[in-house]
Amino acid sequence: MGMTITEKILAAHSGKKKVSPGELINCRVDVVLGNDITAPVAIKEFEKIGVESVFDKDRVVLVPDHFIPNKDIKSAEQAKILREFARKHELTNYFEVGRMGIEHCLLPEQGIVGPGDVVVGADSHTCTYGALGAFSTGVGSTDMAAAMATGEVWFKVPESIKFIFQGEKLNPWVSGKDLILYIIGKIGVDGALYKAMEFTGPVISSLSMDSRFTMANMAIEAGGKNGIFAPDEITLAYVKGRTKRPYTLYESDADAEYAAVYEIDARDIEPQVAFPHLPENTRPISEVGNVEIDKVVIGSCTNGRLEDLRTAAAVLKGRKVHDRVRAIVFPGTQEIYKQAMKEGLFEIFIDANVAVSTPTCGPCLGGHMGILAKGERAVATTNRNFVGRMGHPESEVYLSNPAVAAASAIMGRIVAPWEVK
Amino acid sequence: MKIRGKTWKFGADIDTDAIIPARYLNTSDPAELARHCMEDADPQFPDKVGEGDIIVADKNFGCGSSREHAPIAIKAAGVSAVVAKSFARIFYRNAFNIGLPIFESPDAVDAINEGDEVLIDTEKGTITNLKTGEQYTSTAFPPFMLELIEAGGLINYVNRRVQD
Repeated sequence: MGMTITEKILAAHSGKKKVSPGELINCRVDVVLGNDITAPVAIKEFEKIGVESVFDKDRVVLVPDHFIPNKDIKSAEQAKILREFARKHELTNYFEVGRMGIEHCLLPEQGIVGPGDVVVGADSHTCTYGALGAFSTGVGSTDMAAAMATGEVWFKVPESIKFIFQGEKLNPWVSGKDLILYIIGKIGVDGALYKAMEFTGPVISSLSMDSRFTMANMAIEAGGKNGIFAPDEITLAYVKGRTKRPYTLYESDADAEYAAVYEIDARDIEPQVAFPHLPENTRPISEVGNVEIDKVVIGSCTNGRLEDLRTAAAVLKGRKVHDRVRAIVFPGTQEIYKQAMKEGLFEIFIDANVAVSTPTCGPCLGGHMGILAKGERAVATTNRNFVGRMGHPESEVYLSNPAVAAASAIMGRIVAPWEVK
Repeated sequence: MKIRGKTWKFGADIDTDAIIPARYLNTSDPAELARHCMEDADPQFPDKVGEGDIIVADKNFGCGSSREHAPIAIKAAGVSAVVAKSFARIFYRNAFNIGLPIFESPDAVDAINEGDEVLIDTEKGTITNLKTGEQYTSTAFPPFMLELIEAGGLINYVNRRVQD
C-alpha cells in the first residue's frame, strides 16, 4: 500500500518509514507561526513552561497583522507583547508594520515555508502553505506555545480525500476561489472534518500559484486539517530564489488510499458566490438573482495576491464604483503592494473611487478598517461569511472571487464580470 | 469526575465568531471574554448562563478560527462542559488544551431539551438526562485526560508532571 503526500511528509517528520491514517505521531515542525491575536496567549503559556528560549529563533515566526496598524490601545498592548518577545528571543522572522504583510501571503513570499515542510500556526488559515506541497495546519495558542518550546507537536494522521479537477481549462473569470467554493458547496463546512484535502487533475496542473494558495487557504472552511497540492514546475518556479532552506518534493503514490475521491468537471464551474451565513451556501453566479450591496472588500489571505489585484483592476479599469458602494482593496504584503503600484493598478483603483489600504486582516474578521453597520451587505473576496463576521450581527457577507467583487462594486449588486456595462 | 448542570441548546455549525466575536479579541482576559460568550448566537447568553451550566449543540461546534479565546470564553463564563454531535478539529484540541471538557454524543444531543439537568460521568463516558433518566454514551476520558482537565489544561498538566 502506498502513501499520500500528506502521509509521506508526516512520516518524514516523525522518523518513520510509513504512517497510516488514525496513527498518533509526535512530529518535528519546521515553522511555528503566531499573530497579534493568538501569540499573546501563546507567549503567556510559553512563559509558564519554564524554558529559557524558543526551540529555534529562525523558525518561530511572529506576524502582527490582525489589528495592525493598531486599532486601539488594547490591540497596541497585544502587539507590544509580540514585539518584546521577538526582541528578547532575537527572532529572525518578526515583521513590523512597514515590513509586514498578511501572514499567509507573507510567509511563502519571504521563502520562510517551502515544499515538504511541516508548519503549525496559531491561525486557522495556516493551511494555505499546502499550495507549496507542505503539510500545514492551524492550531490553538497552547499548541503553539508547546511547539515554540519543543519544536514538536503531536498529530493524528488524517485520512485523505482526493479532488480531481478534469477538463482542459477554466471557464471565463473562474479562478481558484471558485473551485474551492464549489467543493465546499458540494461537501459542506464539515465535509472534510479532520481530513487532508488533496487537489489534483489536469486543471490543477495549469493552475497559478496564487489560485492554489486561495484553494489551500479555504480547506479549513470544509473542516479540513490541511489542503495540499503536489509540487510541480509552477511550484518550483515560485519557490526558486525565495525558499531559504533546502526543501523536499513529495507526491502521492499511485496506490495510496483515500477516504473518498471526487471527480469534478471544470466545465461545470462558473464563478461562485457563497451566501450568508456559511461558506457552503454557494450558488453559481447565474443563479444569484438581485442582491444589492453596500460594500466591497478585495484582499485578505485568501485573495490579496497579485493575480487577484490584477483581475480586479482589469474589471475596474476605466469604470467607477457605484454611488451606493464603498470599495476597499487590501494588498496582502508590502511586496505585492509595491508591484501593484508599479503596474499601475492603484491608479486604476483610485480612478474608480476604490480605497487602497496598507496590508491588514482588519475587515475580514470585523476587526477594523471597514466594518459593516446593521443591515449592510458586503461582497468580499475573504473566506468566511459567518454571522457578524465583518461587523454587526445583522450585516451580511457574500463571498466571491475578485472579478465578481469588482464587477459588483461597479454595478451596486452582485453580478458577473461580463454583465458590467 | 462527574459534571452536573443545566443545559443550553444551540444549533449546527456554531462558529468561533459566534462564540467570541473578533471585535472583542483585542484582549485575552478570560473574564472580559466571558462577558461576550456566545453573544452572536444568543445575545442574552452571557447574562443568563450560570456556574456549571452545560452547552449542548448540534454538529461541527467551534468551526472557523483557531482562536483559543473561544473555549476560554466558554470556560470563563462558568460553563462546565460542552456536548455536541461533532466538534471542529482545532476547537476540539483547544478545548482540552485549556481544560474545558467536551463530549461527542449525537444521541444525547437529539434527546436533551434546553433546561434539562444532565449528569456526565467522565470515567464511564456516560451522559444521563436527570429529567428523563435516559442515558447516552460518549467516549470515556483516559486517566491522563482527567488529570489534564483537573490541572486546568495542557501546560499546567505538563508542568505538574515535570515537577513530579
